[in-house]
Amino acid sequence: MLTMDKSEDVIVPPADAAPAAVLPVAAERIAPDTVGDVTARNAVICVRGGNVHYGDTHALINVSLDIGRNEVIALIGPSGCGKSTFLRCLNRMNDTIESARVSGDFRLDGQDMYAKGTDVVMLRARVGMVFQKPNPFPKSIYENVAYGARIHGLAANRAELDDIVYGSLERAGLVDEVKDRLDDPGTGLSGGQQQRLCIARTIAVNPEVILMDEPCSALDPIATARIEDLIDELSAKYAIAIVTHSMQQAARVSTRTAYFHLGRIMEVGPTDRIFTNPSHKLTEDYVTGRFG
Amino acid sequence: MMVPDDDRSSRQLSPEETRRRVDASLRRRYRRERLFRFYGLFSVCLGVVFLLLLFGTIIGNGYSAFRQSFIHLDIHFDADVIDPDGARDSDVLSVADYSLLVKAALRELIPEAASRAERRELNQLVSAGAIFSLRDTVMADPQILGQTKPLWLPLNSEVDLWLKAQASGKVGAEVSTRLSEQQLAWLERLQAGERIELRLNRAFFTSGDSREPELAGIWGATKGSFFMLLVTLLLSFPLGVAAAIYLEEFARRSWWVDVVEVNINNLAAVPSIVFGLLGLAVFINFFGLPRSAPLVGGLVLTLMTLPVVIIASRAAIKSVPPSVREAALGIGASPMQMVFHHVLPLAMPGMLTGAIIGMARALGESAPLLMIGMVAFIVDVPSGPMSPSTALPVQIYLWADSPERAFVERTSAAIMVLLAFLLVMNATAVWLRSRFERRW
Repeated sequence: MLTMDKSEDVIVPPADAAPAAVLPVAAERIAPDTVGDVTARNAVICVRGGNVHYGDTHALINVSLDIGRNEVIALIGPSGCGKSTFLRCLNRMNDTIESARVSGDFRLDGQDMYAKGTDVVMLRARVGMVFQKPNPFPKSIYENVAYGARIHGLAANRAELDDIVYGSLERAGLVDEVKDRLDDPGTGLSGGQQQRLCIARTIAVNPEVILMDEPCSALDPIATARIEDLIDELSAKYAIAIVTHSMQQAARVSTRTAYFHLGRIMEVGPTDRIFTNPSHKLTEDYVTGRFG
Repeated sequence: MMVPDDDRSSRQLSPEETRRRVDASLRRRYRRERLFRFYGLFSVCLGVVFLLLLFGTIIGNGYSAFRQSFIHLDIHFDADVIDPDGARDSDVLSVADYSLLVKAALRELIPEAASRAERRELNQLVSAGAIFSLRDTVMADPQILGQTKPLWLPLNSEVDLWLKAQASGKVGAEVSTRLSEQQLAWLERLQAGERIELRLNRAFFTSGDSREPELAGIWGATKGSFFMLLVTLLLSFPLGVAAAIYLEEFARRSWWVDVVEVNINNLAAVPSIVFGLLGLAVFINFFGLPRSAPLVGGLVLTLMTLPVVIIASRAAIKSVPPSVREAALGIGASPMQMVFHHVLPLAMPGMLTGAIIGMARALGESAPLLMIGMVAFIVDVPSGPMSPSTALPVQIYLWADSPERAFVERTSAAIMVLLAFLLVMNATAVWLRSRFERRW
C-alpha cells in the first residue's frame, strides 16, 4: 500500500535506526535556505524540499524539517509566513483547499504521505490536529471524544469505548470538570475547556504526532497556562508541532524552534539558542520584537 | 467656491458652529428615520389588510358550505318496490328504483300535491342523490326491507341556498331563487313541522366530485393531492439533497459543474406549465403511464420542485461552519463520514424548510396538472397513486367554472381546505426546524 521512495537525494531515516548513521549528508545540502540543523534525533516526520502553491502564490518554498519523537517543536514567524500551511501539509489538510498544490518529500515514519496509494484517513488518524478556534462537534462531550475511536473501530465494545473516553479526558486534564456531565453538549463548555476537549478528542485516536495550529490564540491567559501544562505532559508520549504567535509560549513549551519567514524556514535550532543567540538576522529581529 | 490652500487652516470650524451643524444634520437624519419607519409600517398594514380581506371573503363565502339542509323523511322500505322476487339478491337491490320510496314519503307529508306537475315540483325539492343513501342503507342491512325508518336526506342545492339565505335573516324578494311559489310554501310548511334542518355537510368531506353541488365533496381531490405530494416528497427530497451534497462537497470546480449549476438555477425559474408539457411528452406519451394519475402528477411536480430543493439544500450545506468539517477531517473521518455525521445533521433544518416550501408550492400548483389530464371530472375517490384523480387546486378551478350557484360557496370552502393544508405544512416545517435545531 505505502511505498518507500528510493530516490537518492532524499534522506529517509528508518524509524529505529540510530540518527547519526542515516545522516551522511551535510545539513547545508538538505536545506540550503535554512540556518541550523533541520534534522532531529529519532525523527517521526521528515520533510525535504516541501513546496506549496495556492494558485499563483508560492506559499511554502523549499522547506526541510524533521520532527522527532517526544519533542515539542514550535513554528514561529510573522503572519502569512507559511507556518500554518506547513503544519497543514503534515496531515494533508491542504487537500481540502482546491487551489493548493503540494510538492516535495513528506514522510511519516519513512512512508511518503503524498504517494498515490497513501490512505489519507489512516494518515490523519496517525497525525492528529488541534485547530486555532476550539471546534468541538455539536454533540455531547462523550460523543466528541468517542467519535474518532468509533469511526476507526478502536473499541470493541462499550466498556472499551468508555475507557478510551475517560482516559483521553484524563490525559487532557478535563475529566474532573466534566465527568458528571458527559451528556451535555461539548459546545456548552468554556473556551479553554472546549480546546482541551478538542485535544482529548485528538488523543483518543492515539496518534503519533499532534499538530497544534495556534491552539491558545482564542483563550485567556489562565486557560492558556493549562493548555501549556498539558502540552508539557503530552510531549512524553507524542511528537508535537505547535504554531504560535506568542514568543513566550514558544519559549515555555518547546524544545526546538523553527523560524518561518515569507514561506521559507530561516532558522531551526534548540529553543533556548533561538531565543538567546539566534544566528540569522531576521530571526533576531523577530524574537527581539523588532517586527512581526 | 474654490478656497486658496493657505486659507484652509483658518477655516477650521468653531466648536459652536460644529455643534450647530451636527444638530441640523441630526434633525434631518431623525426625520428620514421617522419617514422610513412610517413606510415600513404602512406596507405591513397594507399587507395585513389585504390578507384579512382575502381571508374574510373566502371564509364569508365558504363557511356555509360546511352545513347542508336535510329533510327528515319516514321512509318505508317497501319490499314490493325494491325486491319484488324476495330473493334479496344484491344485484337486484343495487339497481332498484329507490326514488319511488322518497316520492312516497314526500306524498305522505304533502298529500295535497295531486297533479303530475305538482308532484314533480315536490319531488324536485329532495336531492337526486338521496337515493344513494337509501341504497347504501339497504345494501348494508337487507333486513330493513318491509320496515319504516326515519332518515335525514339531503335537499336540492337550490332549496339549500334558499334555506341558508333565510337562516341568515334575508326575507322575501331579497332572496333570488328559482323555486316556485308553491315550492316555497311547501318548504315553509315543512320548516314549521320541523322536518327541515341545517346539519353538518358530511358529504363535502367524504365524497368525490359530483354534478350535484349538494353531493360534491373534496375528499377525492384531497387524496389525489396527498398521493401526489407523497410521490413528490419521496422523489424530490432524497434526489435534491443528494445532488446538493455532491455539488457542494464532492464535485471539483470545473466547467461541467458550472453548467449544471446554471441549469439548476434556470430550471427553478421555468414556468410550471412547461413542466406539465414535459410530463405529458415524457411520462404519458413516451413511458405510457396512465393519464390523470397522481403518480404522473407527482413526477411532474418533482421536476418542478427539485431545483428549489437543491438550491435550498446547497445554501443549508454552505452555512455549516467549515470548522466542523476541519474537525471531522482532522480526526480522520472520510469525506463521506464528515458529510453524513456532521454536515447533514447541521444542515437538516435548512434542507427540510426548503423541501417543505417546495412542497407547499407544489401543493398549490394547478397549471402543469391540467396538461397531464388531472382536470378530468372524476367522481371516485382515488385508492392509490395510479388511480385517476384530481388535485385540490384543480378541483377549485373546476368548481369555480361550474354554472350551479351552489358551487360558489363550495369553491370557497375548498380554498379554505387548501389553505388549512398549507398552514399545516408550514407549521410542520417550523416544528421540524425547531426540533432539529434543539440539538445545538
